[in-house]
Amino acid sequence: MAALRLIARRFLQLAVVLLLVTFFTFSLVRLLPGDPAKTIIPFGSDQQRAALAKDLGLDKPFLQQYVNYLGIPVIKSEGTTGLLQGNLGRKYSTNQPVGELIKQSLPVSIQLVIYAQLVALALAIPLGVLTAYRAGTRTDRAVNTTAFGFLALPNFVLALLLSYVIGARLKWLPTAGYEPGWLDPLFDSARTPSVEHLKYMVLPVITLAVGQVAIYMRLLRSDMIATLQENFITMAKAKGVPNRRILFRHALRPSSLTLLTVAGLNVGTLIGGAIVVEVIFGIPGMGTQIATAIAAREYVELQSYIFVLAFIFVLINFVVDFCYILLDPRIRRARADA
Amino acid sequence: MPEPTPDAVPPVGADGNRDLDRYAEGSLEPGLVVAQANLYVSAVESGGEGTRRVGRGLGIGAWLAIGWLAFIVIVAVLAQLGVLPLKDPNRSYVSCARRGPFSTDGTASGFLLGCDSNGRDMIARLAYGSWSSLIVATGAVLFGLVFGGTFGLIAGYFGRRTDAVITSLFNVFLAIPAVVLALALVAFLAGAAASTGRSSVDPKLILILAIGIVSIPLLGRITRASALSWSQREFVLAARAQGAKPVRIMLREVLPNVLPAMFSITLLGIAVAIVAEGTLSILGVGVRPPTPSWGNIIGLDRGRLKESPHIIFLPALMIFFTVLSLNFLGDVVRARLDVRESAV
Repeated sequence: MAALRLIARRFLQLAVVLLLVTFFTFSLVRLLPGDPAKTIIPFGSDQQRAALAKDLGLDKPFLQQYVNYLGIPVIKSEGTTGLLQGNLGRKYSTNQPVGELIKQSLPVSIQLVIYAQLVALALAIPLGVLTAYRAGTRTDRAVNTTAFGFLALPNFVLALLLSYVIGARLKWLPTAGYEPGWLDPLFDSARTPSVEHLKYMVLPVITLAVGQVAIYMRLLRSDMIATLQENFITMAKAKGVPNRRILFRHALRPSSLTLLTVAGLNVGTLIGGAIVVEVIFGIPGMGTQIATAIAAREYVELQSYIFVLAFIFVLINFVVDFCYILLDPRIRRARADA
Repeated sequence: MPEPTPDAVPPVGADGNRDLDRYAEGSLEPGLVVAQANLYVSAVESGGEGTRRVGRGLGIGAWLAIGWLAFIVIVAVLAQLGVLPLKDPNRSYVSCARRGPFSTDGTASGFLLGCDSNGRDMIARLAYGSWSSLIVATGAVLFGLVFGGTFGLIAGYFGRRTDAVITSLFNVFLAIPAVVLALALVAFLAGAAASTGRSSVDPKLILILAIGIVSIPLLGRITRASALSWSQREFVLAARAQGAKPVRIMLREVLPNVLPAMFSITLLGIAVAIVAEGTLSILGVGVRPPTPSWGNIIGLDRGRLKESPHIIFLPALMIFFTVLSLNFLGDVVRARLDVRESAV
């Protein structure tokens, strides 16, 4: 019961955050000085501008425009649709609904981020356990120094380096392009998965994963060191449980709470971080769409992308919180008392 | 199993259990915190923590880092003053175009590091580019520190409602991925400048504002956390008992203690901002050509990667060494300040 109230409160908080995000992006577009129709589509024809003015209801007062944008039933203007009705606006240069564009590009990005997360965790967990086990030794320092070096390597530098060495010089993998993967058909039936898909994903995935490995590894290492000092580990050692089993069976699980939280929340951030990687490797995901929208000054389209990304971020946040509350009785109790 | 050495005690923020305790007290928003601080904390955590002790001189690594940063700053300033015997960074030498070390066309004599695709001297462009990159990054972080620091200080000092409002405002900005927010702000600010006929506004200023705004909640949160704990100390209570006004207490009692935390994060922040400028440049909205910056040298000639890799990798190396040095020094500063704080 207390947990339920807690979840309800978190839900409300996150909903407020989302609402404020929409208000912020909405105000940005509207508060630009000058004729909004002209600012929003500087390269558009008069006809496109008229369509825009009608879509946005620019003749209405500011707050009414915002209500219409959200699409709140009852108080919105008659005959309009907003976010709540699933209307994400239009790309004015091509007249495509933004919702369609997102349906095609979002799965590509999510797929990329999931791959990157899996690779990052697969590398970070053994490394984190190793460095915690050998804390203070030469191995520990060597791994840490390497990780430190990789942290100073921006995504775009690593992307270009891989693309030059492995793509252009060694010619092992393609440097740009995309083939549909397993997530695409779920959203867009026009694409079918193929094995080629993986070839195109290797370099972008490595690029995105490398930066994460360093972060995840460090998190796991510190938690693991704390766990290894606990009594139940001493107990296990006394019983003669082999080291490998102690590390991976006894110590890993209680040490992984922070790591999993960060990894979960990072999905939203990674989609943003994937923009430059997608652009460099020519992957038709959300990142490429955002970059194109910026170049074409498609503010309405951009507004919707920001909304979708914020929505994903808030959603994941909520799920992670939910798991946290379920997993750790200490949090449940403390929060219920408060 | 080896005993963990005292050196291995994890830094604040990387310590899961301490986070949990704070969570239980209700002072820690779940999840959000970890992700938000990510950008900075990731850099903070990366160091070989605790390997440096008080009383010891700076290691060779720190001196190398200081040396590199000093070199970059001096080159940038002197190039901007026109003191250095450099070629004009915007003049094209046709015979040298696309040629340079490692290029498939070979090198051109008289140009040590070759030229870009327009035949502009790389050495000159890198030197002048240092100025743009450094001024944008430093400006943005200072902007973020002034505003984020003020909000953080107020939130941390007053607590309660004020804290709740400011923290949730930070959360709104943190719900948007940093790169996307920066991109959007650059686009909106440039649009605003253009539509009001102020297109003469220095594009660097727009970048400083955009990256600065993005860094406000990140720097603000760190200031807030520090201010929150210092505001509960006895000397703050004593000042309040003597009838000091909140502004005075914040500036005279809390701020001096919060400054070390802000300073150590400044170096890391500048590193992040340099990368941010590079990222924006690759996406075509960085420092506007023909003015060079490390990022836009890469962005302009990204398509030449195969034939003339030197155009891309020379500025990439500058970015790498600078970010590495800043991260390293930030880490040294943080390690030293932590020691001092715990000795209080």
